[in-house]
Amino acid sequence: MSAVRNISTAVLSGRTTARRVTEHTEHLLRRADQRGLNAALDWSPEYLSREATRITRDAVRGSRDAMPLAGVPVAVKDNLATLDLPTTCASRILDGYISPFEATAVTRLRAAGAFVACKANMDEFAMGSSTEWSAFGRVQHPDFPDRVPGGSSGGSAALVAAGVTPVALGSETGGSVRQPASFCGVVGVKPTYGRVSRYGLVAFGSSLDCISVFGEKVDDAARLLSIISGHDPLDATSADLPPLALPAPRTDLKGITLGLPDEYFPADLHPGVKAALDQAIAQAKSLGATIKRVSLPHARYSVPTYYIVNPAEAAANLARFDGVRYGKRDGGSQVDLRGLYRATRGTGFGPEVRRRILIGTYVLSAGYADQYYHQAMKMRTLITRDFTDAFGGGVDLLLTPTTPTPAFKAGDKTDDPVAMYLADIFVAGASLAGLPALSLPVGRSEGLPIGMQLIAPAFAEAKMLAAAAAFEGVLDPRREVR
Amino acid sequence: MTWETVIGLEVHVQLKTRSKMFCGCATTFGDPPNTNVCPVCLALPGALPVPNAEAIRLAGLAAYALECTVHERSVFARKHYFYPDLPKGYQISQYDQPLATGGTVEIESPERGTIRIGVTRLHVEEDSGKSVHDRVPGKTAVDLNRAGVPLAEIVSEPDLRSPAEARAYLTAIKGILLAAGVSDCSMEEGSLRVDGNISVRRPGAPLGTKTEVKNVNSFSYIEKALEIERGRQIALLEGGGKVEQVTQLYDASSNTLRTMRSKEDSKDYRYFPDPDLPALVLDRAWLAARRDELPELPAQKRSRLMTRYGLPAYDAGVLITDATVADHFEAVVAAGADPKLAANWVMTEAIAVWNETGVVEVSAPRLAALIALVREGTVSHQSARKVYTLLRTDPADPKAVAERLGLVQVGDSDQLGKWVDEVLAAFPAEVARYKGGEQKLIGFFTGQVMKRSGGKADPKGVGGMLQGKLK
Repeated sequence: MSAVRNISTAVLSGRTTARRVTEHTEHLLRRADQRGLNAALDWSPEYLSREATRITRDAVRGSRDAMPLAGVPVAVKDNLATLDLPTTCASRILDGYISPFEATAVTRLRAAGAFVACKANMDEFAMGSSTEWSAFGRVQHPDFPDRVPGGSSGGSAALVAAGVTPVALGSETGGSVRQPASFCGVVGVKPTYGRVSRYGLVAFGSSLDCISVFGEKVDDAARLLSIISGHDPLDATSADLPPLALPAPRTDLKGITLGLPDEYFPADLHPGVKAALDQAIAQAKSLGATIKRVSLPHARYSVPTYYIVNPAEAAANLARFDGVRYGKRDGGSQVDLRGLYRATRGTGFGPEVRRRILIGTYVLSAGYADQYYHQAMKMRTLITRDFTDAFGGGVDLLLTPTTPTPAFKAGDKTDDPVAMYLADIFVAGASLAGLPALSLPVGRSEGLPIGMQLIAPAFAEAKMLAAAAAFEGVLDPRREVR
Repeated sequence: MTWETVIGLEVHVQLKTRSKMFCGCATTFGDPPNTNVCPVCLALPGALPVPNAEAIRLAGLAAYALECTVHERSVFARKHYFYPDLPKGYQISQYDQPLATGGTVEIESPERGTIRIGVTRLHVEEDSGKSVHDRVPGKTAVDLNRAGVPLAEIVSEPDLRSPAEARAYLTAIKGILLAAGVSDCSMEEGSLRVDGNISVRRPGAPLGTKTEVKNVNSFSYIEKALEIERGRQIALLEGGGKVEQVTQLYDASSNTLRTMRSKEDSKDYRYFPDPDLPALVLDRAWLAARRDELPELPAQKRSRLMTRYGLPAYDAGVLITDATVADHFEAVVAAGADPKLAANWVMTEAIAVWNETGVVEVSAPRLAALIALVREGTVSHQSARKVYTLLRTDPADPKAVAERLGLVQVGDSDQLGKWVDEVLAAFPAEVARYKGGEQKLIGFFTGQVMKRSGGKADPKGVGGMLQGKLK
């Protein structure tokens, strides 16, 4: 049923070997590269071979229980620090940069027996919703090459959707896993803020960033999440909680109240998305769920709020890329300090990154911070309170579309940043509130995958994942909806 | 008409921790450049800060030592500016919600006596690295060993009214922080740094435009730099000019100020709460523990020395210079010495040795024994000072040393009488003048007797005997 479980069981029982898995992964990566998916950035046969040796050695020494991910290939978004493979954030400014340390999440995966199959392409510094802003070229949608896979974790989503790896790590700041999961027809899970250590995740919007997971199935994603979660002393914002326990599987939704926020079902919702959601809601009822209409009155402010808070933090977080200590340095040896900064940052960053830095600098500037940043922080509190009120009113989970439309065509929105930002309209809220949320594929419209979003109260991932698995049992994500 | 000077100081002190504010790197002074660095203080992509609990503890102690209110909730904020020695492109500091506010420091003003100076706030922050401009010709080198070292910034109210008061304030702050054990307060090693804000006004008028005085690396330089700046501002205003809000850099070698290029970098630090760090929450038990562990501070010690030992304010003030000195004084008294005599000895001889070596070399019981020898008349005060110098290296007891040097006073009246007779015989003219009413010649005769005795005669005995024989 679950790819992760199949692989680890096979490797630990000796039915296959880690080396056979890495060799197969190599083959799949090569084929994906050949067809021009452009989802994988860095990978190497030598590195895969070394990892096969390591896993084989550890599997002999260690106990089965210590390696629940034995031999599982994981595509890792390129904003997560890895040893051996570069960590570039798909930016020219970090081209070729190799981190001397590894992200906590990656360390935990590898300790559990998994290996990094490749670094996954992304929007530069995770800024984007289509993976068209990568300095190393756009990622193709696995089923429709002229369309986008979503973003910013589009490379990770496309690799899982194309069957190259069964699971992948992405990162969310404002929907960057759920939205591409929806576009590509895979499962994408964002945990509660603080559930997974951010150590080694190149910071974008620190108060929003969550390392998140993709899987073919809910169980795949849940297994990955349970390994990478849990307190980490290296991240002061990491919640002081043990790793997430795997949810008890359930096949019905009896006793569960699902809230449908009015604001997430606008009149102009894409008909395919609406049809898929209607069908999912009907299934929920047949599984025994109670359906309740709710309101999140400040929902319409979530995108504007997000696009103030996020650039403000991003502008600060990206100040370190100055060409002084590492990464690209431009301007030659003759320039003065300002010239060095101007040349390095002016050419090292792409257009969307420069736009966010400018917006972020502006909204925190003297005279403007009160109008923008401080106002947005107040709104963030109200948006969070909307969710608290909804859950306090007897709702277990919120059910919404993940995106207003299916995957759009490449080039459709790159000239219109606001249109691109609005692709995040249903995902930004949970990010601002720090809540766990997931996207589950629930059908297709004209062949394009449609995702359903579940949002849960803080640290209620288990309940959310169990409900998603129940839906998964009755919904065929490949079926065309009408 | 007179001018009133208004000064406020910003003091940065390095908190005495072994590791940096947000990572585990060592804070050792003087290590080879860029050896105490890690992903966090180098601001490598993906690294995150974690606050140093010991630094917070020391900052809490400092705040209580300065009689501040320490807040249960304070917030780390990012202060942005670009410079090669600031790895993250922002400094983690505290802004609108600092650790502590509303403190006060008692100082000895040369003009106004004992006064209290307000402390606006104390907050915790990290240091930047160091840009070295003279190491590589034509280039700037960056040393990040200091980047991330924990600092407390202490901002005073504009309560100081003269450069000398500014210096007295710094002396008081240093004494308090040393006593509290929170910082080494060494300007040479950069663990204490000062910026001054100064303006002048007519008494009773609103505050004048202030300027900032920077780049001073000793307490006497800050006083000098503020003197120069005060003079400059007054001359400017009296000449009908206006003070511009500028930063003045002090050059100690020429004792001059240089105006830094102003306004070009009108700073907008874009402070906002650091999202990598949750608000710093200190519960009441933690706060109470900091108050409880605070040692006796200089002001308390001073009044205790005055009341308990009957010392004058001046003596107590000198003795509290340092805990070692004050402890030594108390130990000398405990070993049996008279408090005032003990204070005199510690304030002169012991402090001189401590200033030179950093330790008190002659133990309290030996100093007490030496003081007793003087008091009994066994050695003269002058001789005792010689003995004290020898005691620094000689382990023998004070009396043995005095005897070995032949410094034990002769109080025997036969011997004294002989010396007196000899002197009176040698100076008949002076004897006649004395008898004619020039009583002050007694000092001359005493001196001659002392000389003849090689310093061994007990001066008190000599005086009495001279008076008797000259009647």
